[in-house]
Amino acid sequence: MKDIPASIVFVVVGLLVVSVPLFAHHGNAAFDPASVTVKGTVTDWTWGNPHCFVKFDAKDDQGAIVHWVAETSNPSDMVDRGWTKQSLKPGYEVTVTMQIVKSGKPIGRVQRIVLADGKVLSTTLPPAPKTNQ
Amino acid sequence: MLKRFVASAIAVATLLTVPSPGRAQTAQPAPAPRHDISGIWDPANGRGDGIMGTGAKAMPEDGKPEHQLPYTPLGLATLALHKPGNGARMVHPSEINDPEVVSCDPQGLPRENLYELRTTQILQTPLSVVILYEFDKIWRVIWADGRELEKEHPEPRWFGYSVGKWEDDYTFVVQTNGTDERTWLDKAGRPHSEDLVMTERFHRVSQDRLEWTVIIDDPKMYTKTWVALDKFPMKLLPPTTDVREMLCSNTEFKAYHKAMEFLDPDAK
Repeated sequence: MKDIPASIVFVVVGLLVVSVPLFAHHGNAAFDPASVTVKGTVTDWTWGNPHCFVKFDAKDDQGAIVHWVAETSNPSDMVDRGWTKQSLKPGYEVTVTMQIVKSGKPIGRVQRIVLADGKVLSTTLPPAPKTNQ
Repeated sequence: MLKRFVASAIAVATLLTVPSPGRAQTAQPAPAPRHDISGIWDPANGRGDGIMGTGAKAMPEDGKPEHQLPYTPLGLATLALHKPGNGARMVHPSEINDPEVVSCDPQGLPRENLYELRTTQILQTPLSVVILYEFDKIWRVIWADGRELEKEHPEPRWFGYSVGKWEDDYTFVVQTNGTDERTWLDKAGRPHSEDLVMTERFHRVSQDRLEWTVIIDDPKMYTKTWVALDKFPMKLLPPTTDVREMLCSNTEFKAYHKAMEFLDPDAK
Protein backbone atom coordinates (compact mmCIF):
# COMPACT_ATOMS: atom_id res chain seq x y z
CA MET A 1 0.00 0.00 0.00
CA LYS A 2 2.76 2.45 0.89
CA ASP A 3 4.17 2.08 -2.64
CA ILE A 4 0.98 3.42 -4.22
CA PRO A 5 0.98 7.19 -4.66
CA ALA A 6 -1.69 8.68 -2.40
CA SER A 7 -3.06 10.83 -5.20
CA ILE A 8 -3.93 7.75 -7.25
CA VAL A 9 -5.65 6.12 -4.27
CA PHE A 10 -7.71 9.25 -3.67
CA VAL A 11 -8.73 9.48 -7.31
CA VAL A 12 -9.75 5.82 -7.46
CA VAL A 13 -11.63 5.91 -4.14
CA GLY A 14 -13.25 9.18 -5.13
CA LEU A 15 -14.49 7.74 -8.40
CA LEU A 16 -15.88 4.71 -6.61
CA VAL A 17 -17.69 6.85 -4.05
CA VAL A 18 -19.17 9.67 -6.12
CA SER A 19 -19.74 8.35 -9.63
CA VAL A 20 -23.39 8.30 -10.57
CA PRO A 21 -24.52 5.91 -13.29
CA LEU A 22 -27.66 6.99 -15.08
CA PHE A 23 -28.90 3.88 -16.82
CA ALA A 24 -32.49 3.16 -15.95
CA HIS A 25 -34.51 2.65 -19.09
CA HIS A 26 -34.22 -1.14 -19.32
CA GLY A 27 -33.00 -1.69 -15.80
CA ASN A 28 -30.12 -3.81 -14.66
CA ALA A 29 -31.45 -7.35 -14.78
CA ALA A 30 -29.77 -8.25 -18.07
CA PHE A 31 -26.26 -7.29 -17.05
CA ASP A 32 -23.59 -8.95 -15.00
CA PRO A 33 -22.26 -6.34 -12.58
CA ALA A 34 -18.64 -7.37 -13.20
CA SER A 35 -16.62 -5.22 -15.58
CA VAL A 36 -14.72 -6.53 -18.58
CA THR A 37 -12.34 -4.67 -20.87
CA VAL A 38 -12.13 -5.35 -24.60
CA LYS A 39 -9.91 -3.75 -27.23
CA GLY A 40 -11.36 -3.28 -30.66
CA THR A 41 -12.14 -1.08 -33.64
CA VAL A 42 -15.29 1.02 -33.92
CA THR A 43 -17.59 0.08 -36.79
CA ASP A 44 -20.56 2.32 -35.92
CA TRP A 45 -21.66 4.88 -33.35
CA THR A 46 -25.35 5.67 -33.04
CA TRP A 47 -26.37 8.86 -31.28
CA GLY A 48 -30.02 8.52 -30.30
CA ASN A 49 -32.72 7.71 -27.80
CA PRO A 50 -33.41 5.85 -25.65
CA HIS A 51 -29.68 5.11 -25.59
CA CYS A 52 -26.66 5.71 -27.77
CA PHE A 53 -24.70 2.60 -28.71
CA VAL A 54 -21.35 1.76 -30.21
CA LYS A 55 -20.55 -1.22 -32.39
CA PHE A 56 -16.99 -2.43 -32.51
CA ASP A 57 -15.06 -5.48 -33.67
CA ALA A 58 -12.56 -7.31 -31.50
CA LYS A 59 -10.66 -10.56 -31.75
CA ASP A 60 -11.41 -13.37 -29.32
CA ASP A 61 -8.81 -15.72 -27.85
CA GLN A 62 -8.78 -17.77 -31.07
CA GLY A 63 -8.30 -14.73 -33.26
CA ALA A 64 -11.86 -14.76 -34.61
CA ILE A 65 -13.61 -11.43 -35.07
CA VAL A 66 -16.40 -10.76 -32.56
CA HIS A 67 -18.97 -8.07 -33.33
CA TRP A 68 -19.68 -6.20 -30.11
CA VAL A 69 -22.42 -3.70 -29.33
CA ALA A 70 -22.50 -1.65 -26.14
CA GLU A 71 -24.91 1.03 -25.00
CA THR A 72 -24.35 4.29 -23.19
CA SER A 73 -27.04 6.55 -21.75
CA ASN A 74 -29.11 8.92 -23.88
CA PRO A 75 -27.69 11.94 -25.76
CA SER A 76 -28.85 14.42 -23.11
CA ASP A 77 -26.94 12.59 -20.39
CA MET A 78 -23.92 11.97 -22.60
CA VAL A 79 -23.59 15.68 -23.38
CA ASP A 80 -23.25 16.25 -19.61
CA ARG A 81 -20.36 13.79 -19.67
CA GLY A 82 -18.56 15.43 -22.53
CA TRP A 83 -19.63 13.07 -25.33
CA THR A 84 -20.94 14.18 -28.71
CA LYS A 85 -22.23 12.62 -31.88
CA GLN A 86 -18.65 12.90 -33.15
CA SER A 87 -16.99 11.25 -30.14
CA LEU A 88 -16.57 7.94 -31.96
CA LYS A 89 -16.10 7.18 -35.64
CA PRO A 90 -15.63 3.98 -37.64
CA GLY A 91 -11.99 2.99 -37.55
CA TYR A 92 -11.24 4.39 -34.10
CA GLU A 93 -9.15 2.03 -31.98
CA VAL A 94 -10.85 1.79 -28.59
CA THR A 95 -10.48 0.07 -25.26
CA VAL A 96 -13.97 -0.47 -23.89
CA THR A 97 -14.67 -1.24 -20.25
CA MET A 98 -18.24 -2.43 -19.82
CA GLN A 99 -20.70 -4.72 -18.12
CA ILE A 100 -21.87 -7.48 -20.41
CA VAL A 101 -25.16 -9.35 -20.58
CA LYS A 102 -25.52 -12.51 -18.54
CA SER A 103 -26.27 -14.56 -21.65
CA GLY A 104 -22.64 -14.21 -22.66
CA LYS A 105 -23.52 -12.55 -25.95
CA PRO A 106 -21.18 -9.73 -27.06
CA ILE A 107 -23.57 -7.07 -25.79
CA GLY A 108 -22.57 -4.60 -23.14
CA ARG A 109 -23.16 -1.39 -21.25
CA VAL A 110 -20.26 1.03 -21.51
CA GLN A 111 -18.57 2.29 -18.38
CA ARG A 112 -15.53 3.83 -20.04
CA ILE A 113 -13.89 4.04 -23.44
CA VAL A 114 -10.24 4.94 -23.88
CA LEU A 115 -9.29 6.23 -27.32
CA ALA A 116 -5.96 5.57 -29.03
CA ASP A 117 -4.68 9.01 -27.96
CA GLY A 118 -5.43 8.23 -24.33
CA LYS A 119 -8.57 10.35 -24.09
CA VAL A 120 -11.07 8.82 -21.68
CA LEU A 121 -14.82 8.91 -22.32
CA SER A 122 -16.69 8.01 -19.17
CA THR A 123 -20.38 7.28 -18.71
CA THR A 124 -20.44 8.39 -15.07
CA LEU A 125 -20.64 11.84 -13.63
CA PRO A 126 -19.95 13.19 -10.15
CA PRO A 127 -23.17 14.31 -8.46
CA ALA A 128 -23.93 17.95 -7.90
CA PRO A 129 -23.27 19.15 -4.38
CA LYS A 130 -26.14 18.57 -1.98
CA THR A 131 -28.07 21.66 -1.05
CA ASN A 132 -29.38 22.55 2.39
CA GLN A 133 -32.60 24.08 1.21
CA MET B 1 12.19 19.65 1.20
CA LEU B 2 9.35 17.13 1.16
CA LYS B 3 8.23 18.17 4.66
CA ARG B 4 8.19 21.80 3.59
CA PHE B 5 6.12 20.93 0.51
CA VAL B 6 3.62 18.94 2.57
CA ALA B 7 3.35 21.77 5.11
CA SER B 8 2.69 24.26 2.33
CA ALA B 9 0.09 22.02 0.75
CA ILE B 10 -1.71 21.65 4.08
CA ALA B 11 -1.64 25.41 4.60
CA VAL B 12 -3.13 26.03 1.17
CA ALA B 13 -5.77 23.36 1.68
CA THR B 14 -6.69 24.89 5.05
CA LEU B 15 -7.09 28.31 3.49
CA LEU B 16 -9.34 26.86 0.83
CA THR B 17 -11.56 24.81 3.14
CA VAL B 18 -11.83 26.84 6.35
CA PRO B 19 -14.07 29.86 5.85
CA SER B 20 -12.70 33.22 6.80
CA PRO B 21 -14.95 35.49 8.90
CA GLY B 22 -15.94 37.31 5.74
CA ARG B 23 -16.50 34.15 3.73
CA ALA B 24 -18.60 32.54 6.47
CA GLN B 25 -21.47 34.90 5.77
CA THR B 26 -23.35 33.23 2.94
CA ALA B 27 -25.54 35.48 0.89
CA GLN B 28 -29.23 35.10 1.58
CA PRO B 29 -31.19 33.97 -1.47
CA ALA B 30 -33.40 36.58 -3.04
CA PRO B 31 -37.01 36.29 -1.88
CA ALA B 32 -39.53 34.48 -4.00
CA PRO B 33 -41.63 36.63 -6.29
CA ARG B 34 -45.36 36.67 -5.55
CA HIS B 35 -47.61 34.36 -7.59
CA ASP B 36 -44.77 33.34 -9.86
CA ILE B 37 -43.29 29.88 -10.41
CA SER B 38 -42.13 30.62 -13.95
CA GLY B 39 -38.60 29.86 -15.04
CA ILE B 40 -36.35 27.07 -16.25
CA TRP B 41 -35.76 24.61 -13.43
CA ASP B 42 -33.40 21.71 -12.91
CA PRO B 43 -33.28 19.11 -10.12
CA ALA B 44 -31.28 20.95 -7.46
CA ASN B 45 -29.38 17.87 -6.31
CA GLY B 46 -28.17 16.97 -9.79
CA ARG B 47 -29.91 15.81 -12.94
CA GLY B 48 -29.72 12.21 -11.75
CA ASP B 49 -31.99 13.04 -8.81
CA GLY B 50 -35.03 13.29 -11.07
CA ILE B 51 -34.62 9.98 -12.88
CA MET B 52 -36.31 7.84 -10.21
CA GLY B 53 -35.71 4.56 -12.02
CA THR B 54 -36.92 2.53 -9.03
CA GLY B 55 -40.16 4.45 -8.73
CA ALA B 56 -41.52 7.57 -7.08
CA LYS B 57 -38.72 9.20 -5.13
CA ALA B 58 -40.58 9.45 -1.83
CA MET B 59 -41.75 5.82 -2.07
CA PRO B 60 -39.31 3.83 -4.21
CA GLU B 61 -39.93 0.16 -4.96
CA ASP B 62 -36.94 -1.01 -2.94
CA GLY B 63 -38.49 -3.73 -0.80
CA LYS B 64 -38.33 -1.68 2.40
CA PRO B 65 -41.48 -2.04 4.56
CA GLU B 66 -41.76 1.73 4.97
CA HIS B 67 -42.08 2.06 1.19
CA GLN B 68 -44.85 -0.51 0.85
CA LEU B 69 -47.82 1.26 -0.71
CA PRO B 70 -51.37 0.85 0.70
CA TYR B 71 -52.71 -1.22 -2.18
CA THR B 72 -56.32 -2.28 -2.49
CA PRO B 73 -56.87 -5.85 -3.75
CA LEU B 74 -57.37 -4.42 -7.25
CA GLY B 75 -54.19 -2.37 -6.85
CA LEU B 76 -52.22 -5.46 -5.92
CA ALA B 77 -53.70 -7.47 -8.78
CA THR B 78 -52.92 -4.72 -11.28
CA LEU B 79 -49.42 -4.31 -9.91
CA ALA B 80 -48.80 -8.01 -10.48
CA LEU B 81 -49.56 -7.57 -14.18
CA HIS B 82 -46.92 -4.85 -14.56
CA LYS B 83 -43.41 -6.14 -15.25
CA PRO B 84 -40.89 -3.34 -14.72
CA GLY B 85 -37.22 -3.27 -15.59
CA ASN B 86 -36.24 -1.54 -12.37
CA GLY B 87 -36.81 -1.82 -8.66
CA ALA B 88 -37.36 -4.78 -6.40
CA ARG B 89 -39.69 -6.45 -8.94
CA MET B 90 -37.45 -5.93 -11.97
CA VAL B 91 -37.49 -8.52 -14.74
CA HIS B 92 -35.24 -9.25 -17.70
CA PRO B 93 -35.67 -6.69 -20.50
CA SER B 94 -37.33 -9.31 -22.70
CA GLU B 95 -40.13 -9.61 -20.12
CA ILE B 96 -40.70 -5.90 -19.49
CA ASN B 97 -44.22 -4.79 -20.44
CA ASP B 98 -43.83 -1.13 -19.53
CA PRO B 99 -45.75 0.69 -22.31
CA GLU B 100 -43.23 3.52 -22.36
CA VAL B 101 -40.25 1.20 -22.58
CA VAL B 102 -41.55 -1.34 -25.08
CA SER B 103 -43.85 0.82 -27.21
CA CYS B 104 -42.64 4.40 -26.90
CA ASP B 105 -46.06 5.28 -25.42
CA PRO B 106 -46.48 8.63 -23.67
CA GLN B 107 -45.70 8.45 -19.97
CA GLY B 108 -48.78 10.50 -19.11
CA LEU B 109 -49.45 11.79 -15.64
CA PRO B 110 -48.49 11.31 -12.87
CA ARG B 111 -45.48 9.48 -14.34
CA GLU B 112 -44.11 12.46 -16.25
CA ASN B 113 -43.42 13.91 -12.78
CA LEU B 114 -42.10 10.65 -11.36
CA TYR B 115 -39.68 9.34 -13.97
CA GLU B 116 -37.02 11.25 -15.87
CA LEU B 117 -37.94 14.59 -14.32
CA ARG B 118 -35.31 16.70 -15.98
CA THR B 119 -34.97 20.32 -17.00
CA THR B 120 -38.45 21.79 -16.76
CA GLN B 121 -39.64 25.11 -18.09
CA ILE B 122 -42.68 26.73 -16.50
CA LEU B 123 -44.51 29.51 -18.31
CA GLN B 124 -47.35 31.60 -16.95
CA THR B 125 -50.12 33.42 -18.78
CA PRO B 126 -53.00 35.35 -17.19
CA LEU B 127 -55.16 32.25 -17.58
CA SER B 128 -52.85 29.30 -17.24
CA VAL B 129 -49.58 27.76 -16.21
CA VAL B 130 -47.78 25.76 -18.89
CA ILE B 131 -45.14 23.15 -18.08
CA LEU B 132 -42.60 22.07 -20.69
CA TYR B 133 -40.83 18.84 -19.82
CA GLU B 134 -37.48 17.92 -21.35
CA PHE B 135 -38.23 14.19 -21.33
CA ASP B 136 -40.42 13.31 -24.31
CA LYS B 137 -40.57 17.05 -25.09
CA ILE B 138 -44.00 17.11 -23.47
CA TRP B 139 -46.10 20.14 -22.58
CA ARG B 140 -49.19 20.43 -20.42
CA VAL B 141 -51.58 23.26 -19.64
CA ILE B 142 -52.86 23.90 -16.12
CA TRP B 143 -55.84 26.20 -16.12
CA ALA B 144 -55.51 28.98 -13.53
CA ASP B 145 -58.49 31.12 -14.49
CA GLY B 146 -60.60 30.36 -11.45
CA ARG B 147 -62.47 27.42 -12.90
CA GLU B 148 -63.21 24.32 -10.87
CA LEU B 149 -61.86 20.93 -11.89
CA GLU B 150 -64.65 18.99 -13.59
CA LYS B 151 -65.36 15.61 -12.02
CA GLU B 152 -66.35 14.01 -15.31
CA HIS B 153 -64.67 14.33 -18.69
CA PRO B 154 -65.73 13.22 -22.16
CA GLU B 155 -62.63 11.05 -22.47
CA PRO B 156 -59.52 10.18 -20.51
CA ARG B 157 -56.27 11.81 -21.62
CA TRP B 158 -52.67 10.68 -21.28
CA PHE B 159 -52.01 13.85 -19.27
CA GLY B 160 -55.48 14.30 -17.85
CA TYR B 161 -57.12 17.61 -17.04
CA SER B 162 -55.47 20.08 -14.66
CA VAL B 163 -56.66 23.11 -12.73
CA GLY B 164 -54.50 25.15 -10.37
CA LYS B 165 -55.00 27.84 -7.75
CA TRP B 166 -52.72 29.97 -5.62
CA GLU B 167 -52.99 28.75 -2.04
CA ASP B 168 -50.87 31.66 -0.86
CA ASP B 169 -48.42 34.08 -2.45
CA TYR B 170 -45.80 31.38 -3.05
CA THR B 171 -47.69 28.09 -3.35
CA PHE B 172 -49.52 26.99 -6.50
CA VAL B 173 -51.68 23.91 -5.95
CA VAL B 174 -52.76 21.84 -8.94
CA GLN B 175 -55.28 19.03 -9.18
CA THR B 176 -55.35 16.63 -12.10
CA ASN B 177 -57.90 13.95 -12.98
CA GLY B 178 -59.20 12.21 -16.08
CA THR B 179 -55.92 10.42 -16.73
CA ASP B 180 -55.57 7.37 -18.92
CA GLU B 181 -55.22 4.23 -16.82
CA ARG B 182 -53.14 2.49 -19.48
CA THR B 183 -50.14 4.42 -18.18
CA TRP B 184 -48.10 3.31 -15.22
CA LEU B 185 -47.88 5.64 -12.26
CA ASP B 186 -44.09 5.33 -12.12
CA LYS B 187 -41.20 3.34 -13.56
CA ALA B 188 -41.64 0.62 -10.94
CA GLY B 189 -45.04 -0.28 -12.39
CA ARG B 190 -47.29 1.11 -9.67
CA PRO B 191 -50.83 1.29 -11.10
CA HIS B 192 -53.44 4.01 -11.21
CA SER B 193 -57.05 4.08 -12.33
CA GLU B 194 -59.14 6.67 -14.10
CA ASP B 195 -60.38 7.73 -10.66
CA LEU B 196 -56.94 9.07 -9.78
CA VAL B 197 -56.73 12.61 -8.49
CA MET B 198 -53.17 13.89 -8.40
CA THR B 199 -52.42 16.95 -6.30
CA GLU B 200 -49.25 18.90 -6.99
CA ARG B 201 -47.90 21.62 -4.74
CA PHE B 202 -45.39 24.00 -6.30
CA HIS B 203 -43.88 26.01 -3.46
CA ARG B 204 -41.44 28.73 -4.41
CA VAL B 205 -39.10 28.94 -1.45
CA SER B 206 -36.97 31.75 -2.85
CA GLN B 207 -36.12 33.37 -6.15
CA ASP B 208 -33.99 30.43 -7.21
CA ARG B 209 -35.62 27.50 -5.43
CA LEU B 210 -38.86 25.60 -6.06
CA GLU B 211 -40.20 22.58 -4.19
CA TRP B 212 -42.44 20.15 -6.06
CA THR B 213 -44.73 17.79 -4.18
CA VAL B 214 -46.96 15.11 -5.72
CA ILE B 215 -49.78 13.46 -3.76
CA ILE B 216 -51.66 10.42 -5.05
CA ASP B 217 -55.33 9.82 -4.28
CA ASP B 218 -56.77 6.82 -6.09
CA PRO B 219 -59.24 4.85 -3.94
CA LYS B 220 -59.55 2.10 -6.55
CA MET B 221 -55.86 1.26 -6.27
CA TYR B 222 -54.83 2.59 -2.84
CA THR B 223 -56.63 2.55 0.50
CA LYS B 224 -55.31 6.00 1.40
CA THR B 225 -53.52 8.94 -0.16
CA TRP B 226 -49.75 8.85 -0.32
CA VAL B 227 -46.92 11.23 -1.15
CA ALA B 228 -44.97 10.29 -4.26
CA LEU B 229 -42.72 13.35 -4.45
CA ASP B 230 -41.99 15.24 -1.27
CA LYS B 231 -40.76 18.81 -1.65
CA PHE B 232 -38.50 17.76 -4.50
CA PRO B 233 -36.00 20.62 -4.85
CA MET B 234 -35.61 22.39 -8.17
CA LYS B 235 -33.08 25.16 -8.81
CA LEU B 236 -33.59 28.06 -11.18
CA LEU B 237 -31.43 28.07 -14.31
CA PRO B 238 -30.50 31.15 -16.33
CA PRO B 239 -33.39 32.31 -18.54
CA THR B 240 -31.23 31.78 -21.61
CA THR B 241 -30.80 28.05 -20.91
CA ASP B 242 -31.27 26.01 -24.07
CA VAL B 243 -33.25 22.96 -22.98
CA ARG B 244 -32.16 19.81 -24.73
CA GLU B 245 -34.32 17.64 -26.93
CA MET B 246 -35.19 14.19 -25.66
CA LEU B 247 -37.73 12.37 -27.80
CA CYS B 248 -38.72 8.78 -28.31
CA SER B 249 -38.18 8.35 -32.04
CA ASN B 250 -39.56 5.11 -33.40
CA THR B 251 -36.67 4.84 -35.82
CA GLU B 252 -34.05 5.21 -33.11
CA PHE B 253 -36.10 3.08 -30.73
CA LYS B 254 -36.25 0.14 -33.14
CA ALA B 255 -32.57 0.44 -34.03
CA TYR B 256 -31.62 0.36 -30.37
CA HIS B 257 -33.77 -2.66 -29.52
CA LYS B 258 -32.52 -4.56 -32.53
CA ALA B 259 -28.89 -3.85 -31.69
CA MET B 260 -29.18 -4.71 -28.01
CA GLU B 261 -31.55 -7.67 -28.60
CA PHE B 262 -33.53 -6.53 -25.58
CA LEU B 263 -36.86 -7.83 -26.85
CA ASP B 264 -35.38 -11.21 -27.67
CA PRO B 265 -36.34 -13.77 -24.99
CA ASP B 266 -33.43 -15.94 -26.12
CA ALA B 267 -31.02 -13.17 -25.12
CA LYS B 268 -31.39 -13.89 -21.39
